[in-house]
Amino acid sequence: MSTIFDQSTPGRLGCVPPEPAKAPASYIPSEFLRETPAEMPEVSELDVVRHFTRLSRQNFSVDSNFYPLGSCTMKYNPRFTEQAAAMEGFTSLHPVLPQLRGAGRLCQGALEVMYNLEQLLCEITGMAGFTLHPMAGAHGELTGAMLIAAYHKDKGNKKTKVLCPDSAHGTNPASATIAGFEVVNLPSRDGIVDPEVLEAALDDDVAAMMMTVPNTLGLFETHLPRITAMLHERDALLYYDGANLNAILGKMRVGDAGFDVVHLNLHKTFATPHGMGGPGSGPVGVSERLLDYLPISRVVQLKDGQFYLDYDYPKSIGYVAPFYGNFGVALKAYAYILRLGREGLTRVSEHAVLAANYLRKRLENHLEIPYNRTCLHEFVASAVRQAEKGVRALDIAKALLDKGHYAPTIYFPLIVKEAIMVEPTETESLATLDAFVDDLLEILARVDSDPDSVTAAPVTTPVGRLDETRAARAMELTCDL
Amino acid sequence: MIPENLLYSASHEWLSLEDGVGTVGITHFAQEQLGDLTFVELPEIGRTVEAGEEIGALESVKAASEIYAPIAGEVVEVNPELENAPELVNEDPYGKGWMFKIKASAEPEELMDAAAYAERIAEEAH
Amino acid sequence: MPFVPHTEEEVRRMLAVVGVDSVDELFSVIPESLRAGALHLPPGLSEMEVLERLRRLSSKNASGLTSFLGAGFYDHHIPAAVDALSSRGEFFTAYTPYQPEASQGALQAVFEYQTAMTRLSGMACANASVYDGGSAMQEAVMMAVRQTKRRKVVISEATSPIYRTMLDSYTSNLNLELVTTPHKNGVTDQEALAAAVDGETAAVLVQNPNFFGCVSDYTELFAKAKAAGALSIMSFYPVLQAVLKTPAAQGADIAVAEGQSLGIPLSFGGPYLGIMCCDKKLVRQIPGRIVGRTADKDGRVGYVLTLQAREQHIRRQKATSNICSNQALCALRAIIHVCLLGKEGMQRTAALCIERAHQCAERLAAIPGVEMLNSAPFGNEFAVTLPIPAAVAVDRLIERGFVPGFPLSAYYEGLENALLVACTEKTTTEQIGVMAELLKGALNA
Repeated sequence: MSTIFDQSTPGRLGCVPPEPAKAPASYIPSEFLRETPAEMPEVSELDVVRHFTRLSRQNFSVDSNFYPLGSCTMKYNPRFTEQAAAMEGFTSLHPVLPQLRGAGRLCQGALEVMYNLEQLLCEITGMAGFTLHPMAGAHGELTGAMLIAAYHKDKGNKKTKVLCPDSAHGTNPASATIAGFEVVNLPSRDGIVDPEVLEAALDDDVAAMMMTVPNTLGLFETHLPRITAMLHERDALLYYDGANLNAILGKMRVGDAGFDVVHLNLHKTFATPHGMGGPGSGPVGVSERLLDYLPISRVVQLKDGQFYLDYDYPKSIGYVAPFYGNFGVALKAYAYILRLGREGLTRVSEHAVLAANYLRKRLENHLEIPYNRTCLHEFVASAVRQAEKGVRALDIAKALLDKGHYAPTIYFPLIVKEAIMVEPTETESLATLDAFVDDLLEILARVDSDPDSVTAAPVTTPVGRLDETRAARAMELTCDL
Repeated sequence: MIPENLLYSASHEWLSLEDGVGTVGITHFAQEQLGDLTFVELPEIGRTVEAGEEIGALESVKAASEIYAPIAGEVVEVNPELENAPELVNEDPYGKGWMFKIKASAEPEELMDAAAYAERIAEEAH
Repeated sequence: MPFVPHTEEEVRRMLAVVGVDSVDELFSVIPESLRAGALHLPPGLSEMEVLERLRRLSSKNASGLTSFLGAGFYDHHIPAAVDALSSRGEFFTAYTPYQPEASQGALQAVFEYQTAMTRLSGMACANASVYDGGSAMQEAVMMAVRQTKRRKVVISEATSPIYRTMLDSYTSNLNLELVTTPHKNGVTDQEALAAAVDGETAAVLVQNPNFFGCVSDYTELFAKAKAAGALSIMSFYPVLQAVLKTPAAQGADIAVAEGQSLGIPLSFGGPYLGIMCCDKKLVRQIPGRIVGRTADKDGRVGYVLTLQAREQHIRRQKATSNICSNQALCALRAIIHVCLLGKEGMQRTAALCIERAHQCAERLAAIPGVEMLNSAPFGNEFAVTLPIPAAVAVDRLIERGFVPGFPLSAYYEGLENALLVACTEKTTTEQIGVMAELLKGALNA
């Protein structure tokens, strides 16, 4: 499809404002002005509407396809939350408003949303306090790692290392590194963290361990009580990567389990849309002993019921966001939590776990499942048997696209060869799950009967498999390069 | 596939030492593991390194790997072709895909001969 | 139960396949000692009730305020088609385009966004965006640190203090030296910056227009930085960039911006859009996602995420950044916004903003006791000094439904009476007139 820049016709106007009385050169010396205008497309409003409508049709999405992308929680995004976030009383609010004298009363509604959401997240996770500022999951991890650093610094601990299990998301070690820590990878045993392995890696230099529970294999970390005790004995903190919180809502509170820092992915657990890769929101919760270090500002409620922003936390790590995080995203999660309530949230995990185990059982005789036991919200299969016949996980993923399903996550976690990571979520009907299984089984049958048809997939998408090597070598990153 | 006349490191670099100058590349096995290379980051000429020090990096579409100096010394030359043609490493890892030359400041240590290296990668493949 | 479609009969069938008697049995993998009691949360509400509650909350926020607030975040007109197109479910309910064949729409849109950002900034490359203008600035600093292997960064105090506080937090554990050189009455002091740049400097960082709204030309400063082996980073303002001399033309190596002004509502601070552009030689240092153009085996043009070997999912602790997501939906809004305005609309919008601000400055400066903070050229924002503390004046005008600007005392000592005033194309001559009258009255109160 041609780009919008290709469609440009000199002189064509789109949605333009009125003409100013004088040109910028009347106000600003010309040496400060650009010599030639930026070549933005010259197209009509209809050109733009048609172009982007066409583009939207070249995209799989939850609205149009089953999206069993493991680790990403691609559940249905309810529409009422969009309506809530689009209310003008929220969208038109300038972020510096509450910082002006006398203006706090002009954003009481927004401050109340933030305050209430923090309280709800505290109750759901069992943490003592929350900040909504981190703007994505990985940003939450970085914030969490900074909190850990601040805690140890304040206590005079010289701790330099962060432990990450080898099943962890790549963001864990990357975030810890950027916060100034040295990362030590911890090998899994039988798919989970083993206390003996931990014992060998644990010394007084360990500042924290980052865990995902259930982990990226969809398995519960059954040694958790022991792990928590071992870490706390050495004044090392336990970090909870909330990527998989949707598996344990109402079943376990991570704060009660001994975690000291947690980040949540509102765009996963609390159904805010993924938007092709963002914006997300990654609130961070902490246990009592880390409260002092939370980022500023913090929303506080006064005795008279009014809300205000408090900046007076001398031990705070400071600012991680320009203002209060992705407020518009937090608002959607707030609406979602209000809608579901206590029972609805617990149901989320129950049905997500049921659906995942259902798919696991239906597929277990057809795909290798390396850790085939009760999983939580997702499981990891492996195409090793198919790979021996020349059909890899990638090929199976592409063949699923031809069946109208988005592909599961593949080649992650790194500890499973030819990994196929499936997360159905609670919002998909049994009919959809069955259709997915039927289609996958048909593809697996073709691995024997007609492997070339699998390795040639996809053939129904706008383009076939793209030459990624050429893309990385040629680096054509804009229309002009 | 594993030339007899070279020395090999556990991190899959090969070293050819002649008159105190070592030529370095990565092995056929290593390039196969990485897949089609898209970028080779080479050291600056004049840099002195210890054996085992990280000295460069390789990128393919789906993987990345560091290059380690198999011998201590000073970098005296890098392969200028690789900037625009990283595929040379895939096509001819022991020839046109060489990466840099080091003027050795010490004898090679802990490197393997071809037979030992062959054994090693046979283990790794399993 | 909302959004869970399984009937009781279906649950029974699923349990039978799994081979357990109850859903609760599946959670027996969680040790008893860790199991939670019932959550102390309110019961669920109907959609109608939730929306009513949020409507009530939204009405507790100010409406109908006439605002001259800017400080890097501006109330521009957003064409209706931006909302209409970006709220298509095919876009906003998709995820990161890991399967490019099924994500060409998202990928091409981002590719077009990257193109637009490079044309705006004059730089060769752009990434698919980061969280916001502040994280873009932080990532730019880290790019320079990696590229130069130096650890000192020289920053003008006239660079957004909102972002400088973020830089302080992020770098506190990283053994970096941030050297801040003072502004001169709101003007960036280029001599002081140049004097602070030495052989240890990774980057010099400025903002244009700066936080006070002043427009400068940094060509000489950037040339000096280059001579010292340092990189030059410029934070720009996308709307005005349609008419201002580009970062590239001034010699910047990295250009970053807050993209909120391109079709994204103010929304109390986010979600926003971190724009990052750089010179081609730095493309491997740029963090986050990048879309590239390529072809399939039949020669059909297509788009993929490229240069991923820099990223955390492959490099883990050696990645260029920990960033995983981008702000794709906001980037989509931005590209749709600039396409709707087009080449002419972008220029007119910038010109209108500048014109309104100059009208406003003239009106305010005519009030006895009010003076411009400096005489430097400015775009759509400028600072004036009042005979009384600016915070007091703001407080008085808010009573009348006007926010006349941002009191600079929040961030700058010695500027207790200085007020930062912004206009956009939405600001009317009438609003300027009324605000000026109200301010005049408030000064005498």
